[in-house]
Amino acid sequence: MYRYDEYDQAIVDARVAEFKDQVSRRLRNEITEDQFKPLRLMNGLYLQLHAYMLRVAIPYGTLSGTQMRMLAHIARKYDRDYGHFTTRQNIQYNWIKLEQFADLLDDLSKVEMHAFQTSGNCIRNISSDQFAGAAADEIADPRPYAELLRQWSTLHPEFSFLPRKFKIAVIASDTDRAAIQLHDIGLQLRRDATGALGFRVYVGGGMGRTPVIGKVVRDFIPVGQYLSYCEAILRVYNRYGRRDNIYKARIKILVTELGIEEFARQVEAEWAGLAPLGLDAPPAEYERIIAQFGEPDYDRNAPDTLDLSDPDFALWVKQNVAAHKQPGYAIATISLKPRGGIPGDASSAQMDLIADLAERYAHDEIRVTHSQNLVLAHVRKADLYALWTALADADLATPNLDLVSDIIACPGMDYCTLANARSIPIAQKIAAKFEALDTQRDIGELKIKVSGCINGCGHHHAGHIGILGVDKKGEEAYQLLLGGSGAEDTSLAKILGPGFDENGIVDAVDKLIGFYRSARSAPDERFLDTYRRLGPAPFKEAVYG
Amino acid sequence: MPRVLTGNRLETGDVLWWNGSDWSPRLSDAVAIGDEGEALLARLIAAERINDPALIDVTGAPGAFIPTTTRERVRASGPSVRADLARGSLSVEAI
Repeated sequence: MYRYDEYDQAIVDARVAEFKDQVSRRLRNEITEDQFKPLRLMNGLYLQLHAYMLRVAIPYGTLSGTQMRMLAHIARKYDRDYGHFTTRQNIQYNWIKLEQFADLLDDLSKVEMHAFQTSGNCIRNISSDQFAGAAADEIADPRPYAELLRQWSTLHPEFSFLPRKFKIAVIASDTDRAAIQLHDIGLQLRRDATGALGFRVYVGGGMGRTPVIGKVVRDFIPVGQYLSYCEAILRVYNRYGRRDNIYKARIKILVTELGIEEFARQVEAEWAGLAPLGLDAPPAEYERIIAQFGEPDYDRNAPDTLDLSDPDFALWVKQNVAAHKQPGYAIATISLKPRGGIPGDASSAQMDLIADLAERYAHDEIRVTHSQNLVLAHVRKADLYALWTALADADLATPNLDLVSDIIACPGMDYCTLANARSIPIAQKIAAKFEALDTQRDIGELKIKVSGCINGCGHHHAGHIGILGVDKKGEEAYQLLLGGSGAEDTSLAKILGPGFDENGIVDAVDKLIGFYRSARSAPDERFLDTYRRLGPAPFKEAVYG
Repeated sequence: MPRVLTGNRLETGDVLWWNGSDWSPRLSDAVAIGDEGEALLARLIAAERINDPALIDVTGAPGAFIPTTTRERVRASGPSVRADLARGSLSVEAI
């Protein structure tokens, strides 16, 4: 894992000191709320329905046990004993007090963490593949490149006041676990014909009010030049992005309006001027960062077999454990979607336990997934049973990864000021409807994603089944969308028909799944593939007919 | 339709309602605001100690006001999915 050097720490310390002073001035009424609000948002502090909400950055979703333990401490000391892991691989706390905020920031900075650039019109937390460094199919670990992007984008003076927020994701395999085509910039590490490493660069993707699938702006940029190329993209966007209309200010609108060819031409022209300036990191800096993401000290003699005689353990392994590139090792996903739970929520006790287990069994690394689960990426197969036993005792071993109850849900109107409707109760009701694991497994992979408003934090446009909360004359209502995917087969879900109330949307999902089970061509044909094969008409008939 | 005044305390973010002379954490303490509402709002905004102060529509009688919007009912209730964190000003069932 990457560890801060003195420059990283100095930047965080200076920014924390600056913001603590701003908080203090606000509490003394020396600055108004209008003056303070943009400052607190730049530091990840929102005012939500019930209290202040703090969003802490988790770069590319990677944490150490020490950092996770600090997140637990913050939940316990400054919040209400829990945190909420988000679709941007961050964590949010819902009950923060401004008068305690200075101490909280000090605590966070002790473990090389902070909250800046988790809000505002800047480059947000860089996201990545939760299986990075462990997946059998990756070209190389993408996180060193994500880390360099983090350093480049942190307090970047030119990009601190962009037309709108800006999200970048980095992966290194053909399997997309980070939804890169739905990001402002998506980077896929690959090799060219000579074997050289570089990135395919997608630009202008996004969800929210105007969902767009990103387009390839450059098929290959050598790794040694991707920073300056990203700088060129940001410069074109910063110059021409629509600042006159917040709803048209994202880069996807600029790319769509210009067309990808013209946008690419402008980026290339900008880059031609930038590339010779030496903005890219020198090779030694790449090597320094890559070295910090070196392979864990694997047990080369670890047995590559598993005793699956315990059927509950076998079920968990089958659903939540993925292949690792190192023989004798596996990747374990910790479900934060237990029966009756709130997607993405973890108590401080659970976070402490996960920190302990990561240190004991997983080379002290934890990953946050954009699906609001956690991952231990390097677990000896020989340790899986002990790990599973400890997780199960803490309600963290639900074997439902990618099944119908593994639902993404934003906080919705239970917490969020922007929401039009509650998301969490909908997720809970759907999960309860399909509670039986046998049923879930029979349905197979099904990604349901629920957003409480058009901003789409619940990724409803990427859901095989997407649900969008809307306001209908002051009442909560829900639109139903089908056919989305955030994976390598990216597609955008489309509205199926008229919306529903809270109970109606659950019944509609029930009907959809019932129809799918009767219409699939084979038991292993996914819901999404049945939908793609048949089109929306029979699904619409099943729901509205 | 009666209106009550609500906002969030600067120091803590706590949800509050105006009881006629001060801020209360209980909706049941809220008083209906009449024509003086806009002036009161302007004064409170100028004082800069309450964030997002707003006059909201409610139904019912003093002591048992119910906000007309789901959003404000959730603010009064607390998160509907965490009974242990209920604010107590309104039952979850009333959302």
